[in-house]
Amino acid sequence: MSFIQSTQADKNTYDVIVVGSGAAGGQTAYTLAMEGARVLMLEAGRKYEPASETPMMQVNSQAPLRGAGTPEKPFGFWDATIDGGWDVPGEPYTSASEDPERQFRWWRARMLGGRTNHWGRISLRNGPYDFKPHTRDGLGFDWPMNYQDLAPYYDKVEMLIGVYGENDGLENTPNSPAGVLLPAPKPLVSDLLFKKHAAKVGVPTIAGHRAVLTTRLDHKRLPALLHPGNTKAQKILAADMQKRSACIFATPCGRGCSIRANYQSTTVHLPPALDTGNLDIVTDAMVRAVTKRADGKAEGVVYIDRKTGTEHRVRARIVVLAASALESVRILLNSGVANSSGKVGKYIMDTVGAGLSGQVPLLENMPLHNEDGVDGLHMYTPWWLYKEQLAGKLGFARGYHIEFGGGRDMPGMGIASGLEWLNGGTYGKKFKEDARRYYGSFFYMTGRGEMIPNEDCYAELDPTVKDKFGIPVLRFHWKWSQHELGQAAHMEKTFADILDVMGGRYARKPQAGNKAIKQGGVIIHEVGGAIMGTDPKKSVTNSFGQCWDMKNLFITDGATLCSNADKNPTLTIMALAWRSADHMLSLMKKKEL
Amino acid sequence: MDRRTTLKWMFTAAATVPSLRFGITSAWAGEAAARDVAADQAGYGTDPDLMKEWKSGGPWPLTLTENARATAKALCDLIIPADDVSPAASSVGVVDFIDEWISAPYPQQRGDRPVVLNGLLWIEAESQKRFGQSFPALSEAQRAQIADDLCSPAKAKPEFADAVKFFSKFRDLTAGGFYTTPVGMNDIGYRGNVPLTSFEGPPLEALKKAGLA
Repeated sequence: MSFIQSTQADKNTYDVIVVGSGAAGGQTAYTLAMEGARVLMLEAGRKYEPASETPMMQVNSQAPLRGAGTPEKPFGFWDATIDGGWDVPGEPYTSASEDPERQFRWWRARMLGGRTNHWGRISLRNGPYDFKPHTRDGLGFDWPMNYQDLAPYYDKVEMLIGVYGENDGLENTPNSPAGVLLPAPKPLVSDLLFKKHAAKVGVPTIAGHRAVLTTRLDHKRLPALLHPGNTKAQKILAADMQKRSACIFATPCGRGCSIRANYQSTTVHLPPALDTGNLDIVTDAMVRAVTKRADGKAEGVVYIDRKTGTEHRVRARIVVLAASALESVRILLNSGVANSSGKVGKYIMDTVGAGLSGQVPLLENMPLHNEDGVDGLHMYTPWWLYKEQLAGKLGFARGYHIEFGGGRDMPGMGIASGLEWLNGGTYGKKFKEDARRYYGSFFYMTGRGEMIPNEDCYAELDPTVKDKFGIPVLRFHWKWSQHELGQAAHMEKTFADILDVMGGRYARKPQAGNKAIKQGGVIIHEVGGAIMGTDPKKSVTNSFGQCWDMKNLFITDGATLCSNADKNPTLTIMALAWRSADHMLSLMKKKEL
Repeated sequence: MDRRTTLKWMFTAAATVPSLRFGITSAWAGEAAARDVAADQAGYGTDPDLMKEWKSGGPWPLTLTENARATAKALCDLIIPADDVSPAASSVGVVDFIDEWISAPYPQQRGDRPVVLNGLLWIEAESQKRFGQSFPALSEAQRAQIADDLCSPAKAKPEFADAVKFFSKFRDLTAGGFYTTPVGMNDIGYRGNVPLTSFEGPPLEALKKAGLA
């Protein structure tokens, strides 16, 4: 089994159809295939081969426009995203409001592995509080599980994909068991400078956690922990782990990685899953809807072959939606299933984002040295004001973490731009001296905060607009609450305080929350829309992503998240997907599905 | 790129074009600074080949005239001249890059295009006005006299406001074009993009410099 054509998929029989090939689809298909289920994966975009398509070591002068972002490559020319970005040609989405503050932006990719090919690789565990937010402060929804339910799956995912970090034991910032994390990279000058000065205003700094192999994975020890009693899976995984190299501390992760030194679905989940012989993949397969059997269960899905325009129907015992939270919502709405609660599309969330940057004289004219490192988050600041917040002293209910950095990155188009606020405006030999002086002296801080689900943020089908396949598209409604706006203002104020103690200068002052906060969707952490819960009237799925109304339909992407902690959601999505897949295997074994 | 996308981009670009009121005619006997960019000029698409060697003029045609390129070259090299560390901007393809930038079919570049083209015309006209010669033919001191009037937004006279905006834009493009090349990256002090078997962090002298050791 392997990459196949639509016409072949029509004829085969499968245990499970997985729609989507990113973090959720990759993890679901991996777990199922490694444990013996026959899986068909459908990906809306094209086949993608990191080994031969990743621009390793290329510099910006080798790219059009020196690599600067354009509407066709919004995160820059070298970014791994294919046929995607804020707009996908022929596949629009709409906003109900003309007001930019009430609009939502949706980053998509149309490629095997989806957005895992370019993501930031930041891998933070939700903590115990994050599973019971309503119990803690009366807002939002509790999860139908607690930290202990998901912890073993966090362990497994971290061991499989490879996550560096340290166990610092800070509040609501869980440790991983011994032997799970890889060594954290050494801090940069700017990291240590932040740590020293932020401490003066009570802000802690610890090692970052990212899915980058700072050392090679232990192929002798890990496979038996991940697949106990399954010697075939262990053997396949051990062989595949040996094909992954450690980081070479060069080439930004956003380009993807041809040597498989960071996590992307295409380099970590799919190769061993394919090696089992249990996984077939059809690319360019745009799923329109889940189809229904006479008994009310899911029959399979109907999809359009992007290359031929023809419609295909495939069937299986179980259907899994893992198309990314909002694409899965769209499929559910277009299917007219699993929505007796009326909650499909409701409670969509993003992460709160705001930032401030400045220039730090202490970082000027540094002795020349290589600061590429692992390309980000050598260190970070987890949320540190839990007690003050719970006591009502902050005026907003949930926390944020700080991602920060300076450093002597590979120069891009912005390099030495707009120095006038520092040097008055020069040219000639003086300008060249200034460029050397200021390079590497800029420092940014960006907050990533928890948004509380609210009734004003939801997606529905647009009544008139359809995509080029004739499939109705999503229309978004969006409104931040005072909690998010207050949090964004707090971020900028805090960053200004830190920049002050670092002796930095900032080009602009901190702003009010509604000016500071990034537009909904812009942080690309969109989750919710088919939330999990304990009550079928108030939620779409149970804790396994199993739809209340359709027992053989599962959702394993971010759609089921009923809160969106400040911790970037991808690691949690993978842990949930592994747990869901285990549940599917057990139900199939018991012949319940 | 479909027509709807093109129109959307053009609309976006139009909204960002600053009003330029130089009120001059071309110093090159009525010649424009550039050939037109086709309204339906395609970009590199949403799935460009990342493994090929891209060159200025590859994804879309360059449009600056020879006269405008000569002025652009003189101005690039005034902003980034040769010194003990590195050569002048034009020697590493920055004129081609600026031409590529202002000829590109994307909103930001379409917005920058009139700023740069009108600016080059203004520089040329100003050279003729002050010194009776084309800008590339001026002495270093004469060029500096014009640049001194434009380089500092805070100190420039109001009558030069539009030309100052052009100069700032042109300086940013020149710097971006230059410091992204291997020569420019070396000059500015970038020492990365080297495969390593381990990452050892900063040297002691760097930590000392920042007051960390």
